[in-house]
Amino acid sequence: MATVIIPTPLRKFTGNTSRLQIHATNVKETVAELTLNFPDLKKHLLDEQGNIRNFINIFVGNDDIRDLQKENTVVKDDSVVSIIPAIAGGNA
Amino acid sequence: MLIIEKDCRRYMLRDAEQSFPDECCGFMFGREEDEDRYVTEVRQVENAKEGDKRRRFEIAPVDYMRAEQYAIANNLTLLGVYHSHPNHPAIASETDRQAAQPFFSYVIISVMNGVFSEIRSWRLNEDHLFEKEPIAHEFISQA
Repeated sequence: MATVIIPTPLRKFTGNTSRLQIHATNVKETVAELTLNFPDLKKHLLDEQGNIRNFINIFVGNDDIRDLQKENTVVKDDSVVSIIPAIAGGNA
Repeated sequence: MLIIEKDCRRYMLRDAEQSFPDECCGFMFGREEDEDRYVTEVRQVENAKEGDKRRRFEIAPVDYMRAEQYAIANNLTLLGVYHSHPNHPAIASETDRQAAQPFFSYVIISVMNGVFSEIRSWRLNEDHLFEKEPIAHEFISQA
């Protein structure tokens, strides 16, 4: 099973769990399984059309899935999938 | 209450002043105890914003990922993010609010003409609005 690392701001939606084991063969299945098990995560990860939100980055290993096959990026049993919220701001 | 270890406060203020007139940014690590948060470690990261770094900051996803990994490996909690407002008050902007994450403390350091002016912390409430989080600075780690 792949390991999914939940970012600190979203852990209140996963019972304060930082790592989860997920049965999935690609990123899309990984996110689907996550949101099935933890419905409160859904609005933080997916937009109204069910696509991964722009301000959520997903890495498999050290690679951004936008540089791979996006949601179809393969996930293996030894993969580490990191959910990464965009961190930004400014003074005006 | 956000309780910031003295060395961490000094580190953040120095980063804010040295980065002037650009915005600096970094992560805060520590622990939670009841309603209080203790910042025991801070780490500066590159402002990855392409364009006007005097008005905006951005943290690269890979830096964020490393921060989460560091927290897990060291049994720390990633408590939030600090950044500076060069020549602006330490008040969270609409840009800050829109990009903000739940749970995190957002420490903002105002630097006026290169010199530290004020430090404040903000947290999102349930309505995704920022509320001021009181800061205490007298804490010295016993670790």
